[in-house]
Amino acid sequence: MDKILEVKNLRVSYHTYAGEVQSVRGIDFYLNKGETLAIVGESGCGKSVTSKAIMKLIQTPPGEIKEGSEILFNGQDVLKMDENALRELRGSDISMIFQDPMTSLNPTMTVGKQISESLVIHRGLSKAEAFEEAVKMLKLVNIPNADKRAKQYPHEFSGGMRQRAMIAIALACNPKILIADEPTTALDVTIQAQIMDLMKDLQDKLGSAVILITHDLGVVADFADRIQVMYSGLIIERGTVNEIFYNPQHPYTWALLKSVPRLTTEHKDTLYSIKGTPPDLLCPPVGCPFAARCEYAMAVCKESMPEDTVLSPTHSVNCWLQHPYAPKVAKPDGIGGTVNESK
Amino acid sequence: MSQNNENKPLIEVKNLKKYFKLGPKAILKAVDDVSFTINKGETLGLVGESGCGKTTCGRTVMGLYHATSGEVLFDGVNINDSNAKQKKDFTRKAQIIFQDPYASLNPRMTVGDIIGEGIEIHGLYTGQEKIDKIYHLLELVGLNKEHASRFPHEFSGGQRQRIGIARALAIEPEFIVCDEPISALDVSIQAQVVNLLIKLQRELGLTYLFIAHDLSMVKHISDRVGVMYLGTMVELSSSHDLYAKPLHPYTQALLSAIPIPDPETEKNRKRIMLEGEVPSPINPKPGCRFAARCRYAKPICSEVTPEFKEVEKEHFVACHLF
Repeated sequence: MDKILEVKNLRVSYHTYAGEVQSVRGIDFYLNKGETLAIVGESGCGKSVTSKAIMKLIQTPPGEIKEGSEILFNGQDVLKMDENALRELRGSDISMIFQDPMTSLNPTMTVGKQISESLVIHRGLSKAEAFEEAVKMLKLVNIPNADKRAKQYPHEFSGGMRQRAMIAIALACNPKILIADEPTTALDVTIQAQIMDLMKDLQDKLGSAVILITHDLGVVADFADRIQVMYSGLIIERGTVNEIFYNPQHPYTWALLKSVPRLTTEHKDTLYSIKGTPPDLLCPPVGCPFAARCEYAMAVCKESMPEDTVLSPTHSVNCWLQHPYAPKVAKPDGIGGTVNESK
Repeated sequence: MSQNNENKPLIEVKNLKKYFKLGPKAILKAVDDVSFTINKGETLGLVGESGCGKTTCGRTVMGLYHATSGEVLFDGVNINDSNAKQKKDFTRKAQIIFQDPYASLNPRMTVGDIIGEGIEIHGLYTGQEKIDKIYHLLELVGLNKEHASRFPHEFSGGQRQRIGIARALAIEPEFIVCDEPISALDVSIQAQVVNLLIKLQRELGLTYLFIAHDLSMVKHISDRVGVMYLGTMVELSSSHDLYAKPLHPYTQALLSAIPIPDPETEKNRKRIMLEGEVPSPINPKPGCRFAARCRYAKPICSEVTPEFKEVEKEHFVACHLF
């Protein structure tokens, strides 16, 4: 498959009064045409920073994308582009749906105008044509009375409708990559189901590749093709949906999968929880960042960073347990499953 | 679970209504004719979409809002119609944990003062005893006593929620309203806080009203679950029954919308998609509130408000289908 995006050794730091916070500490990944890649992890693990870096939206200062980082969109390095080229890129080639539909729309502009804005800039339509197109987009995202709604302001929309309007803005120029940063976190389950269905539909129609950033593993299971798990600025495991859900190898992935209650778990059983908190990225640990919270941690884990162990062309993990000399550790109960064994 | 065999309701809510007057003709019916009981030592879960009135319901039960009509009986005493002494007694026995751990702690007070405030108001302990109690509470919720002299901004979200829990426990209440205590937290931290709540319930015999929109977490913690829609209770049953055999069309749709963290199940699953969104609770139309979005709606649904009745043992539904 064709890689539309390749990220190489991305490092992002924020300079604060307390010192340099290393939010993203050298990650590599790629995105194929038309696929959905999910990035999961706890707050502060660097998933949103990564997505902003892809569009070079890191504010400098205090942020800084470190020397040696590369973000190749169709072979071109986004980080070396000038302002004009970036303008061309943002909104038309790569666009983004933000987490909070309440604050990411402009309250002083009608929704129709906000959608047509990028059409005027990127596709050179006249204002009237763009507005007509905007109404079409609103219809596409299932907003009833689109002609009337396009003339309204965001405060007249409900949360779910604002998120639909955001999607309409993001998709207006038919982008090749859509970055969705927690698109449904602020919404109710029923609305979440509607929005995710809509995104899947539009992805099929328009063929965009999607980077889905979320902490909800349920949404990921339904929507993603591949998953990468981030922890304290690093990708610690990556694989296809089935590999991550049915054959996870990193203790952190196990912990993430185990800490969600399922509708089948026994009532009032103690839920699995990860002790402690993620490490301070002002001075990240030398070894594996998860070592301090990991129940399988060995001496080596605290001293040096584990190498990337390749398990299949799509699945790899950074964990010392994969080392041939490491003790064999069985996956905890309830993790992995029958599907893997039958494969 | 063990204690509710006594079947003695600690909280009895009867036909509770809470209306907010927005204008001369606009009345927001946030809670409209809701009845339920909570037994001693039990957890009642309350779920529903945003704007369905679950938080208002919790706050009215706590006496933070004055009910428009209806009764809230705590141990047989009506909290809205009691004298000052009874009111103070009630505030001593009932506490609330708020949704937002960032907004619900006073940033200018130390953690020790925040936790100790209730103890002081009710004159439970003084001097060294009070300090020991605060230390004990901090340890109970998994923090340590050095934290007493710090300020809220020095803590993470999960830790703040623990402080909120310690504050609620400080005056040794019998009943705690947990108003979305975990929605602002990360998945792994949610598990920690829920485990803590369950552990405290076992040790101290607490009774919870657990309000949340995360249905899988509610199932996990609750003995019985009530589903609210636009100010009314549409279904109430044991949590096992509700999830195994939901009766109300709204409950069915709500349950089918939960994403399941398992790709195979997820691919083979049929969703019941609800069209549109929750209508406005301002001057709602007569009849069943859900009628406009319901797949099974009949003419009667938009005319007559369905009665909230027991369809199976301990399984209440308000729907004309039953």
